[in-house]
Amino acid sequence: MAFLASTVATATQQRGRLWWNQVRLLAKRPGDLAFRTVTLVAVWIVLLVVVGVASVLLINSWPTIQAFGLSYLTNEAFDPIHDVYGVRPALFGTFVTSAFALLFAVPLGVGTALFLIEFCPRVLRGPLAFLIDALAAIPSVVIGLWGFLAFAPWLQKSGEPWLEQHLGWLPFFQGTPHGLGLLAAGCILTVMILPIMTSISREVLSTVPVEQREGLLALGATRWEVIRTVLLPYGRVGIMGAAILALGRALGETIAVTLVIGNQAAPPSANLFNTGYTLASVIANQFGEATPGLFIAAVLEAGLLLLLITLITNILARLLIARLGRQSVRGGLV
Amino acid sequence: MNQTTANPFQPPRNALSLRREIATILVVVVSGLFALLAVAFLFYLIGYVTQQGSAYLNLDFFTQTPAPIGGTGGGVVTAIVGSVLVVALASLIGIPLGLLTGIYLSEIGRGAFASSIRFLVDMLTGIPSIIFGLFIWILVVVPSHSFSGIAGGLALAIIMIPTVTRTSEEVLRLVPHELREASAALGATPSHTILRVVLPAARNGIVTGIFLAIARVAGETAPLLMTAFGTVFFNTNLARPIDMLPLRIFNFTLSPYDTQIHQAYTGSFVLMLLVILASLAIRWATGGFSRQA
Repeated sequence: MAFLASTVATATQQRGRLWWNQVRLLAKRPGDLAFRTVTLVAVWIVLLVVVGVASVLLINSWPTIQAFGLSYLTNEAFDPIHDVYGVRPALFGTFVTSAFALLFAVPLGVGTALFLIEFCPRVLRGPLAFLIDALAAIPSVVIGLWGFLAFAPWLQKSGEPWLEQHLGWLPFFQGTPHGLGLLAAGCILTVMILPIMTSISREVLSTVPVEQREGLLALGATRWEVIRTVLLPYGRVGIMGAAILALGRALGETIAVTLVIGNQAAPPSANLFNTGYTLASVIANQFGEATPGLFIAAVLEAGLLLLLITLITNILARLLIARLGRQSVRGGLV
Repeated sequence: MNQTTANPFQPPRNALSLRREIATILVVVVSGLFALLAVAFLFYLIGYVTQQGSAYLNLDFFTQTPAPIGGTGGGVVTAIVGSVLVVALASLIGIPLGLLTGIYLSEIGRGAFASSIRFLVDMLTGIPSIIFGLFIWILVVVPSHSFSGIAGGLALAIIMIPTVTRTSEEVLRLVPHELREASAALGATPSHTILRVVLPAARNGIVTGIFLAIARVAGETAPLLMTAFGTVFFNTNLARPIDMLPLRIFNFTLSPYDTQIHQAYTGSFVLMLLVILASLAIRWATGGFSRQA
């Protein structure tokens, strides 16, 4: 026992000495010490910001969390007169528009990625990929302006009447065409998440080992069979990750959606012609009128909720993409 | 006799092989159409905004303050000056923080602490920008009872950090290890090695990342609603509400007056032109179009 104790003591001493040596070394080179300190300070500031965002939102929305608990999720509206607040329509609108966007962006994005990887002439590949990435660079307020001034009026005049005439038997396309509404927001979100869906699918699919594809081609498979039996199964998990990452974008998109969604709660129904709210658009609309007390806390709780949802989707997406075991797939630069 | 001239490896042509070929052609056509759709929309959007916006593009747009409500003419010099000031402030805060964090992650940090920082920076990318607006609103705007350019700059700075950090970490990792070892062998201290050898070697990539971050926040609107807020008066005081181009576009889009809607189009045109030029420049700087990225 005494032997063991002395070994432990020596080890600790040695480690202490090592640490002390390092400090002495750094002290001899004040430049290094200063540089290390400066970078560490920056890192800590970044850390504090991330932790700060979450904790500031949590602390400041505590009044509504206490006052309403879970009923905040089911209450119908922000009602400052009765001091009752809830986000049921906003949650509904957020999920409907995001699901709509995913429904179209995933096949479009994966199809485009497949075209770029498998079929596109090599000369066109770079420019095409650039153009699709450029779509992501267009500020959302510009897309919102197009949606509000051109797309929504068109939807009201021709798009929605056409849908009702031909697909009116579905529960989605019924009632008065408003133009502004869930359908417009879903379409705009589709366009906005398409680039990220495409670029990450492309990165994921290009990790498929060349040998596998060539091997199958050598066995006489057609390009489509290669895609079906090698590319898609191999990339399935990564594509799922890409879809969830794109979902995160759709959930948090604010300006373009605020412009086209109508910002009026409608009773819950499957009708996409209805106007609505999303969590982000509630924040954008309500913060200006928020009076201290429960109202401000309610706006902040909507933010907290949005933060939680996007954090969960992002963590999930990164776990899925990381399963491919490639460092470079980290969500692209867009 | 015929058998000898035919390729013995050629599979027999029958209904099955025909079906397989048709399936492939179908997939080529459909996926090509999908790709075309995205590109066509981009061109349509650029064309639409250009057509609507360029008609009202004149010198007044860049030099005059907004016309009184209902009036005609005027410009958005307030918004342009405000945008430049606030984005400059954001760069002043966000770029050093992002760059230093990138240097830490690539050169200094090891182990669990560095990985958790990397994870947090990744999370920062995924958080919707309006959340940062709310954060600064409750921290800065509400206590000071005034929207301000400073608040806008702070919110944009947070948005810049992850872009700068990630690109700089990635390009710093691309610098060959031999350079660092050679520098150390010559007796340079670690900080000397980083500042004089590694950073200059990665300069182009880092500058690209910085431009990417600036281009991204220049078009950002949501967090500015609750921080910079916007004003129609000429203002260069960052402690007061200040106008910015995306905010002006947003407000004018919802306006009932034709003049203001025209200016929203023109503003969008200018903003889009800037963003496209910036991405072309970045593209050109990082190796042109021929390289597949």
